[in-house]
Amino acid sequence: MAWVNAIIQGLLTGGLYALFACGLSLMFGVMKVVNLAHGDLATVAGYIAVGIIAVSHVPVLWSIPIVVVLMAVLGYILQRSIIQAAITRGELTTLIVTFGLSIIIENGLQQFFTANSRGLGVGDSFITASFSIGSQISIAYLNLGIFVLAVVVLLGLQQYLSRSKYGRLIRAVADDREAAQLSGADYRHVFGIAAAIAFGTVAIAGICEGMITTISPTIGTDTILLFAFASVVIGGLGSLWGTLLGGVVLGVAQAVGAQINGSWETLAGYAVFLLVLVVRPQGLTSRGVQS
Amino acid sequence: MSTRTDSGTPLLMVRDLVVHHGQLQAVSGISLTVFPGEVYALIGANGAGKSTLLRTIAGLNHPSAGSISYDGKDVTGLRPEKRAAAGIVMVPEGRRLFPSLSLEDNLKVGMSYARKGPWNISRVYDLFPWMKERRGQKTAQMSGGEQQSVAIGRALVANPRLLLLDELSLGLAPVIVQRIYAMLPQVLESGITVLLVEQDVSQALRVATHLQCLLEGHTTLEGTPAEVTREQVEAAYFGVSDGSNT
Repeated sequence: MAWVNAIIQGLLTGGLYALFACGLSLMFGVMKVVNLAHGDLATVAGYIAVGIIAVSHVPVLWSIPIVVVLMAVLGYILQRSIIQAAITRGELTTLIVTFGLSIIIENGLQQFFTANSRGLGVGDSFITASFSIGSQISIAYLNLGIFVLAVVVLLGLQQYLSRSKYGRLIRAVADDREAAQLSGADYRHVFGIAAAIAFGTVAIAGICEGMITTISPTIGTDTILLFAFASVVIGGLGSLWGTLLGGVVLGVAQAVGAQINGSWETLAGYAVFLLVLVVRPQGLTSRGVQS
Repeated sequence: MSTRTDSGTPLLMVRDLVVHHGQLQAVSGISLTVFPGEVYALIGANGAGKSTLLRTIAGLNHPSAGSISYDGKDVTGLRPEKRAAAGIVMVPEGRRLFPSLSLEDNLKVGMSYARKGPWNISRVYDLFPWMKERRGQKTAQMSGGEQQSVAIGRALVANPRLLLLDELSLGLAPVIVQRIYAMLPQVLESGITVLLVEQDVSQALRVATHLQCLLEGHTTLEGTPAEVTREQVEAAYFGVSDGSNT
C-alpha cells in the first residue's frame, strides 16, 4: 500500500512539474529560445504574490489571476525588447542573455527579500486538509487541486493553440517565420504573445510552488528550472501532453526513490531522466508538433 | 511597349534595384513597371536574380540601392507583413506551407490579415475542388502539385492586388504545372495583377502579357510575347550575344 501511495503522491507532484515545464517548452517550440531565467521568473511571480498579499490582504487564490496578468505583460515586454534583440543576434546569444537575466533576478531577490524562504499560506483549512482512501493513502486537497489546475492549464493552452487566431499564428510562426510574414503576420508581435502565455503559466507555477512548499531566491535554478528541463526532455519537446507525462514520470520516479531510501528522491528522478536520454532521446512522446 | 502606358497608372514601379547576397550582387540595377491587369513574367536561368528580385519586392530581402513604389507610394523600407497587408502577397519558392497545420488552418493563416475582397476559403475550394474533402489533412502528406495549390490558395484568401508567384513549376511534372496555371484566368478575372518568375520559358510565354528576361542580375530582353521572337528569347536567356539584345 505504501508503494501505491508513493506513486499517487508522485503523480500529483507531476502536475506541478508540468506547470514548471510547459512555458519552457512553449518558448523553445515557438522562438527556439532556451530561457535559462525560466525558473527565476517563476520565483519572481511567487514573490509578487507575497507582496500583493502582504499589501492588499487578498486570499492567495485571488492573487493568481493578478500575478498571471502582471507576468504576461512582463513576458510581452521582455520578449519584444531584450529577448528579441538576442534572437536577431543568434541562438547562442539568447542563452547568454537569459543566463544573465537569471543572475540579475536571483541577486535582486536576495537584495530585496533576503535569502530566507517564504511560503504562501493558503489557510490551514486547505493546506492541511486531505481525504483518505483505505488506511495508508491520504490525498491532500492542495496537491490534488494543483494537479487539476495543471491539467486545466494544459487543456486551455491546447485549445487556444489549435482554435484561436493567435494560436494558429503562433504555430505558423513556429513552422516558418518568413512564410507567416508573407501572410501579413508580424512575427515579433506573435513571439510577444507566445512569451506572454509562457510567462502566465510561469506565474501559476511559481505561486503553486509557494503554496506547496516555500520559495527562496535561488530555488528558480536549483529546483524549478532543472525539474522543468527534465520534464520536457522526458516527455518530448513540443508536445503539451508529453510535458504532463514527463512531469508525472519525474514525480513518480522521485516519490518511488524516496520510498526506497529517503535520500534517493532527487537521484531517482535524474536516473530516469538519464535513462530516457539514452534509450529514447526524442522523449516518450516523439511527435514534433503541438496539439 | 507603346500601348502599355494606356492602361493607366502603374501598380508597381521598381527603379534601378541593386540587391546583394553577402558579397555577391544578385540583382544589378533592374527596373520594371507593372500595370494593373497584367501578367508580368520574369524569365531567366538559375542564378539570374529573379527570385531575389521577387523576394525584395515582397520585402524579405533588402536592396542596397534603388526604389520600389507600389500604388504610387514608396514601399522600399516597408516590412514584409505591412506590404502583405497593403496587397502585395507572394507565393514563395518551394511553397513554404506550415507543415504542422492542416490545409484549412494554412488558409486561415492566410486570411488572418486579409484585405476586403472577393476571395475567401470557400471560393478557393471552388477553384480547387479536391481541397474541401481533405481540408483537415496535414499538408506535409500532400503531393507537390497539391501543396503548390494550397500555397496559391493561402495567398489568394489575403485578397492581394499584386500576386507574386515564385517558380510555380519548380519540381512539378509538366501536366501538373499546366493544371496549376489553369487557375490564372479566374485570378485575373477577380482583378488581381500577377508578377511571376519562371524558369519554364514556354509556360511563361503561354500566360504572360509582358515579359522581361534576366541574366546574371541584368535585364537582357523586354517586351510582349508577340514582340519577341523565340531566337531573341533564347539569346537573352543564355546570354549568347547575337546583336538582338535591347
